[in-house]
Amino acid sequence: MKNYYQIIKIFFISFIFINTFFCKAFAAGPDAKITKMNFSFDGIFGVIDKASARRGLQVYNEICAGCHSLEHVAYRNLLDIGFSSDQVKEFASQFEVMGEPDSDGEVNMRSAIPSDRFVSPYLNDNQAKAYNNGAIPPDLSLIIKARAGGASYFYSLLKGYEDVPEDKEPINGYYNIAYPGNVIAMPQPLYGDDVEYEDGTEATMEQEIIDLVSFLAWTAQPELNDRKSMGFRVFLFLVFMTSVLFLSYRKIWKKIKG
Amino acid sequence: MSNTKNGKGVIGWIDYRLPIFSTLQHTLVDYPTPKNLNYWWNFGSLAGIFLMIQIVTGIVLAMHYTPSVEGAFASIEHIMRDVNYGWLIRYIHMNGASFFFIVVYIHIFRGLYYGSYKSPREVLWWLGLIILLLMMATAFMGYVLPWGQMSFWGATVITNLFSAVPVVGTAVVEWLWGGFAVDNALLNRFFALHYLFPFLIVGVVILHIVALHTHGSNNPLGIDRKGPQDSIPFHPYYTIKDLFGLSFVLTIFAAVVFYAPDFLGHPDNYIPADPLKTPAHIVPEWYFLPFYAILRAVPDKLGGVIAMISAILILFALPWLDTSKVRSATFRPIYKKFFWLLFIDVIILTWVGGSPAEGHFILIGQLATIYYFAHFIILMPIIGIIETPRPLPNSISESVLNKPIKG
Repeated sequence: MKNYYQIIKIFFISFIFINTFFCKAFAAGPDAKITKMNFSFDGIFGVIDKASARRGLQVYNEICAGCHSLEHVAYRNLLDIGFSSDQVKEFASQFEVMGEPDSDGEVNMRSAIPSDRFVSPYLNDNQAKAYNNGAIPPDLSLIIKARAGGASYFYSLLKGYEDVPEDKEPINGYYNIAYPGNVIAMPQPLYGDDVEYEDGTEATMEQEIIDLVSFLAWTAQPELNDRKSMGFRVFLFLVFMTSVLFLSYRKIWKKIKG
Repeated sequence: MSNTKNGKGVIGWIDYRLPIFSTLQHTLVDYPTPKNLNYWWNFGSLAGIFLMIQIVTGIVLAMHYTPSVEGAFASIEHIMRDVNYGWLIRYIHMNGASFFFIVVYIHIFRGLYYGSYKSPREVLWWLGLIILLLMMATAFMGYVLPWGQMSFWGATVITNLFSAVPVVGTAVVEWLWGGFAVDNALLNRFFALHYLFPFLIVGVVILHIVALHTHGSNNPLGIDRKGPQDSIPFHPYYTIKDLFGLSFVLTIFAAVVFYAPDFLGHPDNYIPADPLKTPAHIVPEWYFLPFYAILRAVPDKLGGVIAMISAILILFALPWLDTSKVRSATFRPIYKKFFWLLFIDVIILTWVGGSPAEGHFILIGQLATIYYFAHFIILMPIIGIIETPRPLPNSISESVLNKPIKG
């Protein structure tokens, strides 16, 4: 038994060591302040709050979508956060996409259908650059997974706009305490009351940010709810199987160990 | 299996002509194994199982992946979102690579501790190191396939290392790239080779097992078996022990796959590759960090590459660098301490490899690199000569019967 504990001990200690050091390397610079938040989707039983994610779609659609694409998400995916089939069709139909060539080879615009992916605000990358001083606003599909700090970073960033401190030199952009380097090209997008929620929730700045984070946590990890519930069952099964195998092992080895 | 000798029955008939069943019988059932193996001996079979997990999930992923610079990143998202349980298969494959390295590194450290590289197991040890080299190449090419920022810049940094080769360096790099930059040609050939290499690994694993079974497993005492009383058949004793160990490790694996699937990865790899935008810190996957630290510890590019490659090549010479006749560190009081120092040194190298190459990290990395090589080139030969080993037990069975042996 001693060896058994030793293995677990060394395994875990080195694992934790390596990863603490490793993660440190990814953390944003010392000039970025990130507030660690608890979201509905954190933890073992945490799930995406679908009502919040639906409100988040409204925030995305009315505020963010002006500049940021969501290219990996299809309108049909919205069924997952509780929209009905008709709502998805209606939502998709307000956007226009390039249609398929007709029999004369003409390509016409058509309204989007649920199987289309979210329509980009730009025709192409060059247009995106031209509209935004040469930089393409990042696609938001994976943004929660694509930044160190994840959802907490994103939350802190949207809340992190402040006036430029007097001791800093004039900057070319906006001052944000959560952004690495503190100078960000994106102006503050949310102030509160930027949208009028369809479900009547009061649109405070905090509420809008949390809803947007819920929505983008879902776009980044649409499998999150399934993954966690399946994981729990798999984990329980494996704990059970490990116990049974351990007892079998003890029984079989009795002959040898006496 | 007595009937197989006469070729009775379908199995017997086949086995008489192609001894596949009796080979399996000898390998997985009868194989006489030392009766005193501890849990550290679980990691060999674990490594084999993770190899199988990687191959199976990898083949499924390859059915849905698109190897092109335009399509690669989106096809990964297609797998994650549209393919049935694609997210599960990909997360198993991503984290399976990490776990494969964890169990292999433990397997290697076990060999270092118990002197498993010593005569007559030198070739067994070499084959293991060849597997490690193939694994590293495979993992590196696999990490490039999603074509995220770290994929692209990792590939750029590592392939550029070949430019350090005198005279033909640039030509070699352009040959590797199939062009003048890391681009579609490289992605395509990496995909082809990433698919090929695991099967090469399987081949070397078979040789590794043949070499293992030629002289049998080493054991925690490091002494040779004196007779049949020291051995037990592999089945059921070690099959059940390996199954228990497997189930235990799979439980940890499941916890990571389902609850922290991106914990071991880098967030930047969820940003599509952009040749015009260099990430703030380019870091490889965690299992390359010690070698990355050694690479960066040498101020000269060619020197760094040589040091990094030597860090593994030096292990091939271990059977001769270690001058002690005693295999197991259990009976080697001085070597045992230095073994753990080496372990700590590798942890430090991992930490330095993941940190930006600036300030005190540079010095720590250089010292840790020097210590790494000193351990093998200077300390090991000297310790073997000056050390007085503790008395070895007469036989495995005697030791098993009398008192428990502390690892």
